[in-house]
Amino acid sequence: MNPRITLATAGRVLGQLRHDHRTAGLMLGVPLVLLTLLWWMFEAQPAVFNSIAPALLGIFPFTVMFLVTSVATLRERTSGTLERLLSMPMAKPDLLLGYALAFGLFAVVQAGLATVLLVYVLDLQLAGPVWALVLVAVVDALLGVALGLFVSAFAATEFQAVQFMPAFVLPQFLLCGLFLPRDQLPPVLEAVSNVLPLSYAVDAMQHLTQVSELGGQFARDIAVVAGFVVVALALGAATLRRRTP
Amino acid sequence: MVKSTERVEGRPEARHADRDRPAIVVDGLTVVRGGRTVIDDMDLRVETGTLTGILGPSGGGKTTLMRAIVGVQQVAAGRIDVLGEPAGSPDLRRRVAYVTQAPSVYPDLTVRQNLRYFADVLGAPRADVERAIEEVDLADHADDLVGRLSGGQESRVSLATALLNSPELLVLDEPTVGLDPVLRRDLWDLFHRLADGGSTLLVSSHVMDEAERCERLLLVREGRIIADDAPARLLERTGTDDVEHAFLSIVEEDER
Repeated sequence: MNPRITLATAGRVLGQLRHDHRTAGLMLGVPLVLLTLLWWMFEAQPAVFNSIAPALLGIFPFTVMFLVTSVATLRERTSGTLERLLSMPMAKPDLLLGYALAFGLFAVVQAGLATVLLVYVLDLQLAGPVWALVLVAVVDALLGVALGLFVSAFAATEFQAVQFMPAFVLPQFLLCGLFLPRDQLPPVLEAVSNVLPLSYAVDAMQHLTQVSELGGQFARDIAVVAGFVVVALALGAATLRRRTP
Repeated sequence: MVKSTERVEGRPEARHADRDRPAIVVDGLTVVRGGRTVIDDMDLRVETGTLTGILGPSGGGKTTLMRAIVGVQQVAAGRIDVLGEPAGSPDLRRRVAYVTQAPSVYPDLTVRQNLRYFADVLGAPRADVERAIEEVDLADHADDLVGRLSGGQESRVSLATALLNSPELLVLDEPTVGLDPVLRRDLWDLFHRLADGGSTLLVSSHVMDEAERCERLLLVREGRIIADDAPARLLERTGTDDVEHAFLSIVEEDER
């Protein structure tokens, strides 16, 4: 591990995004548009908006980062740059943390913009502190990065990588408690939702709208999501091979 | 392109201390890919500070041999020592540069940004970036996005990466594909200067006439080295007057 290489990698990933204005714009802009759309849908029922919007604020960065990371990593694999980097003095965690750092920074901006919109323009009522909302959104984004890195190992083409989005993200989206509270799911599905990381992300977000004190429950939810991030990054590192057949 | 020799003098003389020790020793190398034996019990020894060309039909094992020497290829049997250490050792990652056939650079970064990033990963001095850009004659395009360059220019960006940090061994897979004759000649001049400076170069090529510029030629076919000699000696032995005919004659001989 070498901080110089990790930072250089993060800088390189951000540099690539800077040359791709459209992707950067979509990553930042689309969540804002969707949240505004949601607010408009529930114009007559602000209480519903209030309960759904934070959960979506957690889901957007997760989904966006999952897609961007899985495609970006797949490109590294297929273009040969990954092989070149691994033939250089680059430790695998340097590469993974470089990506996580770059997209994590991007997620801070994304979550910051979305939070400003939600709290100060669309009048979301939060019981907990605003910074906690940003924190959960950023941890969710990192979860997307980590899962995207891992999953890209199983895709041979960009078409396949994009298909992992519905395969990995939508089931979590359905079972995370947004459509039906998790304790009202059939017992088997409730058990499944208990081992899916997005459930904890949404729990933490909903907690913020209801309770002003950030207790052990909130800390536990964040810790679970962070744990998934670490495990997915470790699994992702295991899929990077210096020697290939 | 740098044509004079003064830049060679300006080039930092890398840790080329051990000029007597062979740069590469391959002993009984066998590589199996997808159930097929791609390299079959191969032996090879490459001296330090030499320029060796690898010729042969595509699918004959050239790239696999190069990948094995760099240490990115899983091997079934045999031993490869590079610069006195087993191929793929962590210490070699700074001392060996490898350029793949397809350019492995980032199309959405400029030439200079690409090289700066790889220089940072290698821990190479920043001055290496500008030197490498000049050595591949891309100074006019240093701030262009790689994705907007022509194919030949893009492969030169990939080649420039290998010039960072003054590596002791350069393994170049088809570095002159898609380049015009003038550029090809200039790059071969560069390869010779690098070898004169003490670096060892292993260069594969499709273009037979440029192969004549190597000190030594290896013909690799069906996973074996079927000829290994200086170009002039190959011509003499086969009674031909260019490498292409020498190559054909040796392949025919091999088939019998």
